[in-house]
Amino acid sequence: MGSTASTLSKIPDVETLMQETGFTPAHMVRLYDRFKALDKERKGHLCPQDFGAIKELAENPIGDRIVGAFFSQGQETLDFHSFVRILAHFRPVDKDRPRDPNVPEPINSRSNKLKFAFQLYDQDKDGKISRAELLQVLRAMLEMQVTEEQLESIADRTIQEADLDRDEAISFDEFRKSLEKVNIDHKMSIRFLR
Amino acid sequence: MDSYLFPFDNLLCMLLGISFTVWITLLLVFIIVPAIFGLSFGIRRLYMKTLLKIFEWATLRMERGAREKNQHLYKPYSNGIIAKEPASLEQEIQEMRRSGQGGEPEFDMSDIFYFCRRGVESIVDDEVTKRFTAEELESWNLLTRSNYNFNHVSARLTVLWGLGVLIRYGLLLPLRVTLAFTGVGLLVVLTSIIGLLPNGRMKNLLSQKAHLMCYRICVRALTAIITYHDSENKPKNGGICVANHTSPIDVIILASDGCYAMVGQVHGGLMGVIQRSMVKACPHIWFERSEVKDRHLVAKRLSDHVADQTKLPILIFPEGTCINNTSVMMFKKGSFEIGCTVYPVAIKYDPRFGDAFWNSSKFGMVNYLLHMMSSWAIVCSVWYLPPMRREEDEDAVQFANRVKAAIARKGGLVDLLWDGGLKREKVKDVFKEEQQRLYSKVLVGGGSEDRSRS
Repeated sequence: MGSTASTLSKIPDVETLMQETGFTPAHMVRLYDRFKALDKERKGHLCPQDFGAIKELAENPIGDRIVGAFFSQGQETLDFHSFVRILAHFRPVDKDRPRDPNVPEPINSRSNKLKFAFQLYDQDKDGKISRAELLQVLRAMLEMQVTEEQLESIADRTIQEADLDRDEAISFDEFRKSLEKVNIDHKMSIRFLR
Repeated sequence: MDSYLFPFDNLLCMLLGISFTVWITLLLVFIIVPAIFGLSFGIRRLYMKTLLKIFEWATLRMERGAREKNQHLYKPYSNGIIAKEPASLEQEIQEMRRSGQGGEPEFDMSDIFYFCRRGVESIVDDEVTKRFTAEELESWNLLTRSNYNFNHVSARLTVLWGLGVLIRYGLLLPLRVTLAFTGVGLLVVLTSIIGLLPNGRMKNLLSQKAHLMCYRICVRALTAIITYHDSENKPKNGGICVANHTSPIDVIILASDGCYAMVGQVHGGLMGVIQRSMVKACPHIWFERSEVKDRHLVAKRLSDHVADQTKLPILIFPEGTCINNTSVMMFKKGSFEIGCTVYPVAIKYDPRFGDAFWNSSKFGMVNYLLHMMSSWAIVCSVWYLPPMRREEDEDAVQFANRVKAAIARKGGLVDLLWDGGLKREKVKDVFKEEQQRLYSKVLVGGGSEDRSRS
């Protein structure tokens, strides 16, 4: 480890990464150190077992889904770029961003945060949260604490309220609509220190 | 030709002989004799003050060098990368609900946000991993192993550092190794001799003196500068002394100020020799490897020892493993079930002079001892806390937590719920269930049956 500049130079394509994600150089250095700390065997990339070593994550009822969100379909390795890109979802929303239709939305926009949360529910990635998928999440979050009937009734009620086009599943738009009033920025953002 | 060499030979021999004698005399007068009587010349404290001044100077120069190059000194994160919300699960979810529909609590799609965010926060920065790496310093103590700002070390600093290396490896290390051998050797020899005496007051007295003397020599072998606080609370016979664990040196630090009965597994080799001779002079508790698994046997031996008022207090480290001295982890409840007085002790090391934490997954024992003996010094503070007993309505786990909290508070360490064994094992499902239970309470409400965890 060395000063900010020398660590930054060790990260390939760091300029593009910073522009894409909006992290500052200081953030990049700290995230790089964290990446290396998680990569105990110094492979240069992370695998799902490295995440398994984080105790607080193992305690989290949806811990394995979160880990799954980092590894895109079928991949077993996660390089630093992808690691940072996913974490960028959790940067607080930039309030003064001009709404320019030609510029693609930043990773941490409200819409992209919602998409990230949506994929935690939608494990088979068909663009809809089916009743079965909803039940799976409920089971993960509640397991032994409620009966199967209670789980099913909660699932049914939720779908009833959110499903507007009556297809027994919740699409991304219906998801977004049902969360209109929730302050997504606050709930899906992590305050990165200087 | 031969005649030329003889005088040189003689001269060389004489010189070697003289320097050896001087060396041993200095050693005896300044270190071993005070150790026997428990006195101190104050040389070590003077040394400590001088070192501190040099370290401050070194750090200032590094900061100056960094400012000239218009860069920032990399201050390793002592406060974490992110600011975590201290709000609990219930608070957060209620808040989220209030912004959505009001009314009765029921599942909402947004509930997942809480778990998601908490999960990602722990990916970026988690409490436990932080505790198992060596603590990171704000100023540089001229040891390469704790320097993160190599580019800013100027020429003058490099010279100073080089001088430091010479002193540490050329002067201090041989001195310390000699002392260590003397201390351990004396321990084995003296305790074996004392073991020949018949049991009685004389034997106990002599064995205590012998143990104290040898541990004090070992303390000087590490150049450990220890400050003992509240000595009126020192552990007494028939009790158990518990302390937080950072390194194997903890034993030497505590045992040089009071006499304890040690507990441990029987080892082979040098350790085994030391253990066998120690137990001849006074009753320590050494377990065979097979006996360790049998918890009842262990508990019985401990309680038998404690019931005998003539035997010394037992020294136990309930965390079960070495922690990096910034926090106290979960205490194993075994020693708290015995039902006698517990004397808690808090040990806090000052990391500026040398990091005493033993990262057993990174370094072996020999490597670790080499590190210890080539640091500047080991500076630590020991606080003896007032004795505690288990209350009527407490179980062993609650008592253990109470003791742990007291130790953490006194030593200025963070009190963590986590089990030190997590260093090696996976998280037990108990913790996940706790989260699920909390969430279900929010959802289903207090009216429904409260499923109690076994």
